[in-house]
Amino acid sequence: MTAGTRRRKFVSSLFVAFCAASVLLALVPLAFVLFFVVSQGVQSLNLAFFTHMPAPTGEAGGGMANAIVGSLIIVGLGALFAIPVGILSGVYMSEYAGTRFASLVRFAADTLNGVPSIVIGVFVYGIAVLPFKQFSAFAGGLALGVMMIPIIARTTEELLLLVPGTMREGALALGATHARAVFTVVVPSAAQGIMTGIVLAIARIAGETAPLLFTSLNNRFFTTKLTQPISSLTVQVYTYASSPYQDQHRQAWAGALVLVAIVLTCSLLARFATRRLESLNPR
Amino acid sequence: MKRPENLVFRLGTGLFGLVLVLVVVAIGVELSRQSWLSIQKFGLNFWRTETWDPVAGEFGALPFIWGTLYSSILSLLIAAPIALGIAIFISELCPNRLKPALVFLTELLAAIPSIVYGLWGIFVLVPAVRAFEVSFPQSLKWIPLFSGPPFGLGMLAAALILAVMVIPFTSSVAREVLKSVPVAQREGAYALGATRFEAISAALFYARTGIVGAVLLGFGRALGETMAVTMVIGNNPRISLSLFAPQHTMSAVLANEFTEAAEPLYLSALIEIGLVLFVITLVVNSLSRLLIWSMARPARKAAATTVVPAVESAA
Repeated sequence: MTAGTRRRKFVSSLFVAFCAASVLLALVPLAFVLFFVVSQGVQSLNLAFFTHMPAPTGEAGGGMANAIVGSLIIVGLGALFAIPVGILSGVYMSEYAGTRFASLVRFAADTLNGVPSIVIGVFVYGIAVLPFKQFSAFAGGLALGVMMIPIIARTTEELLLLVPGTMREGALALGATHARAVFTVVVPSAAQGIMTGIVLAIARIAGETAPLLFTSLNNRFFTTKLTQPISSLTVQVYTYASSPYQDQHRQAWAGALVLVAIVLTCSLLARFATRRLESLNPR
Repeated sequence: MKRPENLVFRLGTGLFGLVLVLVVVAIGVELSRQSWLSIQKFGLNFWRTETWDPVAGEFGALPFIWGTLYSSILSLLIAAPIALGIAIFISELCPNRLKPALVFLTELLAAIPSIVYGLWGIFVLVPAVRAFEVSFPQSLKWIPLFSGPPFGLGMLAAALILAVMVIPFTSSVAREVLKSVPVAQREGAYALGATRFEAISAALFYARTGIVGAVLLGFGRALGETMAVTMVIGNNPRISLSLFAPQHTMSAVLANEFTEAAEPLYLSALIEIGLVLFVITLVVNSLSRLLIWSMARPARKAAATTVVPAVESAA
């Protein structure tokens, strides 16, 4: 082996080592974050966390019952806004894929997906808080909905494009209208994938804090009114994290554990669903 | 063919597509409208001055622009090489059996909520950074990058946490881009006796536009990231080169001060910061998408027509 070859091989193995090391380097923070969230969270997570109201500041105990219900309401509202718009605009992008307007919609979806969540919060503050002079659960849901729409739209589009054209053509050949072909043949055959996309979108959005800071704000009390400020898990964790009280820090870790558990469960579910989907229709 | 029902279907679904377009336009219009007061009052000086004193009614946004750009660039310096390394490892080097697990784990990094990173940042990362800063050799303190007292909270912690959050985005796009490099190119390189490094760097060179796009996409993410940064950067509107100095970003000032802004001018100034953040991320993201798209599209077409499936799965 000449010196040159030896050097080339050495450089190459250095490179391979660097690539392997970068994978480890990225997994270290992941392991660290998960470790701390689980170890700190488990200590403070108990039944009271889910069933009790926040304790008065400085007092031990209490829970986040109001924040959990609040998060459910806001995320639910967001999904309610985003699912129809997302799916139907996804249908448009895939059914009229070649048209100029479809490209424009796709561009808008990608743009919206890249808008910082805090900017969405400012926008919704301007259209849904300022005019009514009232922070509200409704505004929070709207902000989360705006963030969910592009995710659902793009997932729907991509999945519908995977449906074999022959299925659509078969339905059309039997005399179905375009709408009938799409809604009774094409969309149902991709339904499982679309559901997976929606679950992932919900998981991602459930962890958002920034768009809620000045839309749904926060509330020390239990409420289900859509026109009132409402508490949410994420904003509550933020409030507690920046407080000086040990006990509130513990509550924040418990909240973080719940958030991570939601995200992990959804990602794992989605992963198994897609794997089953792939084994059903091998490409 | 031309049935009226079909037109109804097209218009109906198109209407929902229009909602998406309108939302984007509305964000631009609404933010401009709300920040008009501040734009008129300060003009370009808003972005040239560095005094941020809401009580005195002085609003200069330079420190926030600086903090956002500085933290994002620093985080990219850390994240880009690691993200590329991960993309290369997963797509070119690792055994096929490991692939799905590694993809899942790196994508999990993107799934963890920002607020959880922030919480971890405050209670774990910041103390660690503070310990590092305390033990930092005095003899190197004269370098502007390391000047100032050790707070822990500051630019270094923010850049580190941003890097972790940006890695999954850049690496997953870089992986897609690498996939679009024709397999024949790498096989040709190996056949000529190239080492792995030589073959892969040829592939990287072929994919360079897309790789730049992937890095830019990460940049766009870093620019807009809010919660984790807000919680660890120290929130001090002071321009400084020092990694140890507490600083501020555009998104952090919005998160911190928005609900306290009682004066119309104060609120308007904050919304102007939001408007500019919107415009910057729009430009960066569009540019990155253009680069990725120019790379991935022709290749996909080529793959569909020329590459035999067997070759693809062998790679």
